[in-house]
Amino acid sequence: MKRILVLAVMLTLSLSSSAFSQETLKILTWKGYAPQQLVDKFEKETGIKVELTLSNNEEMIAKLRATRGAGFDLAQPSQDRISSVQEKYQIYQAMDYSKINADQLIGSMLDAVKKNTAVGGDSFGVPFCYGTSGLIVNKKLAAEAKDYSDLLNKAYEGRISYRLKRPTLIGLAFAMGDDPFAKYNDAAAYEALMNSVAEKMVAAKPLVKNYWSNGDALLEMVRSGEVAVAMGWDNGGWKLNAENPDIDFVAPASGALGWIDTFAIPAKAKNVEAAYKWINFILAPENAAIFTNLEKYGTASKGADKFLDKEIADNFKRSFSEADIDNIKWYPPVPANLEQIEGKILDKVKAAQ
Amino acid sequence: MKFKLSSGLFIFLTPVLLWLFLLIVIPQIELLLMSLRGENNLGEPIWTFANYLHFFTEEIYWYTFVRTATYAIIVTVLTFIVTFPVAFYITKVVSKRLSVFLTILLLVPFWVSELVRVYGWMILLRESGVLNHIMLSLGLIDKPVEMLYNDISMIMGLVYTSMLFMVVPLISSLEGMDDSLIEAAHDLGASKWTIFTRIVIPYAAPGITSGSIVVFMLALGNYLTPNLMGGKNSLWFTEQIYNQFIASFNWNQGAAFGFLLLLLSSLIIWVGLKMSKQQLGRVLS
Amino acid sequence: MPVVLDIVDLTKRFADFVAVDNVCFQAEEGKFFSILGPSGCGKTTLLRMIAGFLEPTSGSLQIRGKDMLGIPPNRRPVNLVFQNLALFPMMNVADNIGFGLKRQRCPKKEIASKTEAMLERVHLSGYGSKDISQLSGGQKQRVAIARALVLEPSILLLDEPLGALDLKLREQMKIELKNLQREVGTTFIYITHDQSEALVMSDTVAVMNAGRFEQIDTPRNLYSRPASSFVAGFVGETNIFAASVEDISPTLRLRAENGVLFKATAMQEMAGAKKGRLFIRPEAIILEPDSGLDNLNRFEVTVRTILFDGSNTKILAMLGDREITVALPQNQQFAHITPGETVSAGVHIDACKCYPGE
Ligand SMILES: Nc1ncnc2c1ncn2[C@@H]1O[C@H](COP(=O)(O)OP(=O)(O)OP(=O)(O)O)[C@@H](O)[C@H]1O
Ligand SMILES: [Mg+2]
Repeated sequence: MKRILVLAVMLTLSLSSSAFSQETLKILTWKGYAPQQLVDKFEKETGIKVELTLSNNEEMIAKLRATRGAGFDLAQPSQDRISSVQEKYQIYQAMDYSKINADQLIGSMLDAVKKNTAVGGDSFGVPFCYGTSGLIVNKKLAAEAKDYSDLLNKAYEGRISYRLKRPTLIGLAFAMGDDPFAKYNDAAAYEALMNSVAEKMVAAKPLVKNYWSNGDALLEMVRSGEVAVAMGWDNGGWKLNAENPDIDFVAPASGALGWIDTFAIPAKAKNVEAAYKWINFILAPENAAIFTNLEKYGTASKGADKFLDKEIADNFKRSFSEADIDNIKWYPPVPANLEQIEGKILDKVKAAQ
Repeated sequence: MKFKLSSGLFIFLTPVLLWLFLLIVIPQIELLLMSLRGENNLGEPIWTFANYLHFFTEEIYWYTFVRTATYAIIVTVLTFIVTFPVAFYITKVVSKRLSVFLTILLLVPFWVSELVRVYGWMILLRESGVLNHIMLSLGLIDKPVEMLYNDISMIMGLVYTSMLFMVVPLISSLEGMDDSLIEAAHDLGASKWTIFTRIVIPYAAPGITSGSIVVFMLALGNYLTPNLMGGKNSLWFTEQIYNQFIASFNWNQGAAFGFLLLLLSSLIIWVGLKMSKQQLGRVLS
Repeated sequence: MPVVLDIVDLTKRFADFVAVDNVCFQAEEGKFFSILGPSGCGKTTLLRMIAGFLEPTSGSLQIRGKDMLGIPPNRRPVNLVFQNLALFPMMNVADNIGFGLKRQRCPKKEIASKTEAMLERVHLSGYGSKDISQLSGGQKQRVAIARALVLEPSILLLDEPLGALDLKLREQMKIELKNLQREVGTTFIYITHDQSEALVMSDTVAVMNAGRFEQIDTPRNLYSRPASSFVAGFVGETNIFAASVEDISPTLRLRAENGVLFKATAMQEMAGAKKGRLFIRPEAIILEPDSGLDNLNRFEVTVRTILFDGSNTKILAMLGDREITVALPQNQQFAHITPGETVSAGVHIDACKCYPGE
């Protein structure tokens, strides 16, 4: 089946590529990670046509797993979701760092990603952008919301929203005073911890308005005042802040969850050269700044600062004190099979009445 | 002569059979094989029934299935109750011209995708939505109420998305019914209710059955509507399959769930057909 | 005989169109009453008013002395056999017949025995468990009649029930239906556009045209003394001539369109009429008539074709430039006649019926 599927895909690919003999670059990425403005610029500079497929971590992995790493030239998983997946399914190819313009990258970030995405002797990721998950709060409706535990706070009944995904479990675990990352490699302890988190989530389920799954839909609910406290990405909070100063991103007291999204090249990428071209292009300071100014995510590009709007730095200062920055919990690589434990627990939460 | 004919038929049918085989049989076999794979304690792949056992031993999984199936049945019944008068009105009450017009009107909303329709409902029903706005300004309520994210809105959404698939077979079977059957029954002393239960329903039975099967399967297999409109309480079995494949990376478990969905839903349909004394052959013809 | 159905001035209008126009008639208990008329004349409309499916625009309708207006079809003591039969395809023969009894909450046993008796009556014993789709056209016909008759209605209404059958079967069913009616003694109101059905089966026939009743009479009288030009033309085969009036007294004399001069009998008042229509039945024309016969219009005809049909053999012959039909007597007397021959012919004045009009 897979072989037939691959054959079918290849057939359509070869047909479409013979029909349009133009060179293409297929990127599997997140919404907002390839602004139209930059796509146009890249196409003009290189003559390579960019095709985007929008996705998220889980679906990215599932897609590449189904094709064993074919169908795309470039993917953008989070750094913590690469090594165990690579070990098990071999869906990426080793990154050739000699082709990356390391001068335009923040050195420490590149090193961290290299380390976290290492499998065998090779590494698989190049950092693209970073951000944190924390709280998006409407201060007018929930002035006191400070930590993940406020997602379970009766005071905000019917005004709470979060995703039924692993970051919520992890954030709540931190808010309980525990350290889930320290238990990553002890499946039994991790499961026990997550079960106790789930218990609290089930108990507080009546308080939740909705489990969000679409970022834009969440922002819309916060914007309209339907939701006062939500767990979400910092950039979303900052985007809303620009419209309504009452709404802002709040770094939770027990620590925002820090993530870095990367570039990784699928094992059967057809246009590897173009992939490297895109990485170097979009991380060039002036391009990276365009991206950050638009989407408010932090960039891994070193020289981008001087092109950034003042608002970007302000956002960060407003939400993060020195202590908050030190307290950011950066995701370590996820060991294999943790997702199954989390999956079952999340199903239970959803099924609870 | 006979041999020639059958070989000719065979040649004619080959591409069709091949197509069916590639598209239906092979993926099912693939799914079946995948569902029977697992890992032992050392992480080595083995053959196992564990994925199936899991469904029955983990309360949450079969609970979700039972819940999903029950709601799918409710949706089917409600869809029938809602669409039957519509189909009857269109085919038996209004003039031919108006009936064509009404049928088209009925189909129009289905020219846009399910996603758009569901979002339409959400805009209407949400706390800051149109309906709340109207009720507030009319003074019917003094603070907005959340009408989304519960089982009722989910069922409503599912009924709405399924209506087309019930109303079309109903219209086509009722259209074939001669009005004089109704008059004859009336003439022989039947009340309106008797005419409905003894004449109209039995006449439309094949349409009702095929519509019900389609609606039941679609409701059972729906992912979007339960998720978007049902919100936090709407655990649907398809979501569990999705979660197994996508979130938990457990394709073997997901495949087993997929196969169980296929088997159990076929079983439910079989029981339904037996209970209503319908034959699949007659329904499909 | 008591009157079972009494209709007075019944009218039905659809918007501007008058489908049934001031119809009056009475049907007697146990009689076979036919309504005969061309397609679209309003027969079904009239019948549906009797059955209760249509409300009359005006007029009164009584069954056994009870006013029926406003009473729905399921509570009228009449049953209808539909033009297309309308058997219930989802039920077998016995359930079709038992349907009405079941609605009357008849006990199961009684339903079964009545159904069986009815099946026997229509010669379908043992067919109870068959599906409707397994029956032939004639059998369906009988089931439809049985289904209505089993309820023992005061009146059985039949809307062209033989229309869908082939000729041979229709001939057979005509006789069967007549016998059945005599046996059960129910009043039949039978609609048809086929005059032979009406004449063969009925005790009384009403001829309907454009929503009105032209004549209500026995079949014999309709045939021999049609009350109007329409009835004369519609009932039975006939030769029709447009004619102009030459003279009214002492005898009516007409010049037919082919120039032949006829002495005729006025069926309606002809005074003042310039034009008339002349009707001559094929069997009234005598070939090679005796020279001694009185009151005969005499002329010569040229044989064109012989339509051999056993006892019903006819010839087509030319009278001037008009073709006429002549029935041959059954005694083979004219077996020698061949096409092209010219023979003398005659017709009695009484058989030349004239009505005023174009
Ligand atoms: N519902 C209606 N609205 C308007 N006109 C109608 C309606 N029903 C019947 N008519 C008209 O009334 C006239 C009589 O119709 P009816 O069905 O009674 O004829 P019929 O004598 O039974 O003819 P046939 O022998 O063809 O069955 C027709 O011209 C028909 O078009
Ligand atoms: Mg009719």
